[in-house]
Amino acid sequence: MNLIVCLKVTPKIEQIKFDEQKKTIVREGVENEINEADKNALEAALKLKDAAGGKVVVLSMGPPSFEPFLKLAIAMGADDAVLLSDRVFGGADTYATSRVLAAGVEKLKPYDMVLCGEASSDGSTEQVPPSIAGWLGIPHVSYVSEISVVGDRVRARREVTDGHEVVEVRPPVLASVQLGCNSPRFPDFRRKRWAEKEFKLRVMSNQDLGFAPADVGLEGSRTEVTGLSRMRSPERKREFIKGTEEEVAKRLAQIVRA
Amino acid sequence: MAGAGGVFVFIEQTDGALEDSSLEVLGKAREIADRLGSKVTGAVLGEGVRPLAEECARRGAHTVLVADSPLLKNFTAEAYTDVVAGMVKARDPDMLLIGATHNGTALAGMLAIRLGAGLMAHVVDLEIEQGTGMLLGSVPGFGGSIVAVCKCKKGRPQMATVRPGVFQTPKPTDQAGAVEAFAVALKPEDVRCQVVERTVQHSASVSKAQRIVVAGLGCKDDLSLPKKLAEASGSAFGVSRPLADKGVAPKNLVIGSTGSSLNAKLAVVVGVSGAAHFTSGLRNVETVVAVNSDPDAEIFKHADYCVVGDAAKVVPKLISELGGSSP
Repeated sequence: MNLIVCLKVTPKIEQIKFDEQKKTIVREGVENEINEADKNALEAALKLKDAAGGKVVVLSMGPPSFEPFLKLAIAMGADDAVLLSDRVFGGADTYATSRVLAAGVEKLKPYDMVLCGEASSDGSTEQVPPSIAGWLGIPHVSYVSEISVVGDRVRARREVTDGHEVVEVRPPVLASVQLGCNSPRFPDFRRKRWAEKEFKLRVMSNQDLGFAPADVGLEGSRTEVTGLSRMRSPERKREFIKGTEEEVAKRLAQIVRA
Repeated sequence: MAGAGGVFVFIEQTDGALEDSSLEVLGKAREIADRLGSKVTGAVLGEGVRPLAEECARRGAHTVLVADSPLLKNFTAEAYTDVVAGMVKARDPDMLLIGATHNGTALAGMLAIRLGAGLMAHVVDLEIEQGTGMLLGSVPGFGGSIVAVCKCKKGRPQMATVRPGVFQTPKPTDQAGAVEAFAVALKPEDVRCQVVERTVQHSASVSKAQRIVVAGLGCKDDLSLPKKLAEASGSAFGVSRPLADKGVAPKNLVIGSTGSSLNAKLAVVVGVSGAAHFTSGLRNVETVVAVNSDPDAEIFKHADYCVVGDAAKVVPKLISELGGSSP
């Protein structure tokens, strides 16, 4: 099977600060990481490859600084990595992002399956995977927790409100994988050294994809942010209940019964 | 064009049961439409779902379109996108709102591309911009600590998915809107995904609970104690996101950015550290009680009553105070 894994490099959320005066997000000094759910997507793809053979290619859109993270994916077991990188791709919403990623997938034809993490930790919109499938015109199975190949079909368990279902579909298909549905393998030490020294990342610019600049990035986006604010929380009493465990329990019981 | 403009709502149902979040969105859609002097159109897809459409017509929709077909019995993103896109093209609405459930989210992402529309995801509030009449969506990001106010600058309709629990369910009225059949042009080969098995147990949505006990990572993997507390206090039970990610609790119980918002009178929060993505789900709770062993835990900034202590010791005593059998 030819498997493509879409992978995003995201800032570590807990390090993000908000500048109240300027109403902007402070990214300086914030470390990056491979988006956690995308690691689960990569692990799912590597497992499928282990079981059925084939090739795993990692695909990402972003600046050249993503390179070490794509090499990390290679060290984990991916066969190849492609970075879609161009200034005109910047500032994209989910519409323009999914458009560029879908064009990258088209460049990697033929493929059987595209795997994505269900959401990015920074944007958390969960919209890029179904939107990529929309551009590609292929079926999309979301919130997948288990995936396997049965005959000529892909069989996936997906989580829905109050339960789960099992779906079967003929490839090509896009699956978005649930955060935490598997344990991503550690990078192989030797492979990591090889990836760092010898692996040549394929970089595609907009020249390779051939979009009009107005169709991608900020300009090609359908939505815009008009302002940022910190999430307002209501004022709370913040009364600390002190005393022995019995006293605390008695007081809590009064509050619960009220 | 007949019915052009207005607010269009996708109404989700599973096995003949309406999703709570769809009704919440319908209520908000009616409020927006009344303000703009326009109309609400609902869409119900499935097999044998006309009674559900009639219910929606009593809860604020001026018109409900029904696409009834065995091919739509199960939700599949592609087939549903085909049908809803056809409806939207026929009605030409200004706005398209969808509850941000798993299925709603999967549908919205594909549909936005098909329609060339902008999409605001998991909004926690919707407003109308003064002067332009455009839809403004409050989109939480970066773990829920920051809210971006967004609008759809290009493409129509303006789309948004809405986090479950942020709007109220509209009450049924005597004034019923119209229910119209919408002809389904799908062929069996258009439905490429086949649902071969489904296990769904409908339970009341956590966002509707009046009282709730919420467990976090501090409870480790053993949820029997907080569940007992829920039982003893007549409360529903929910969890923070990491417990669902670990697989010890189902995802429909998750409170916060990627789950549901609470509307309870009382929430007892046990062993939750209080990250922004979680506390954003507590905003509409009247009284929050937090139990955590860490005196500096962030959750105490979001609680009315704070208990610093070991849940394993405090909670059993509370259960017996409430008359439950001590575990």
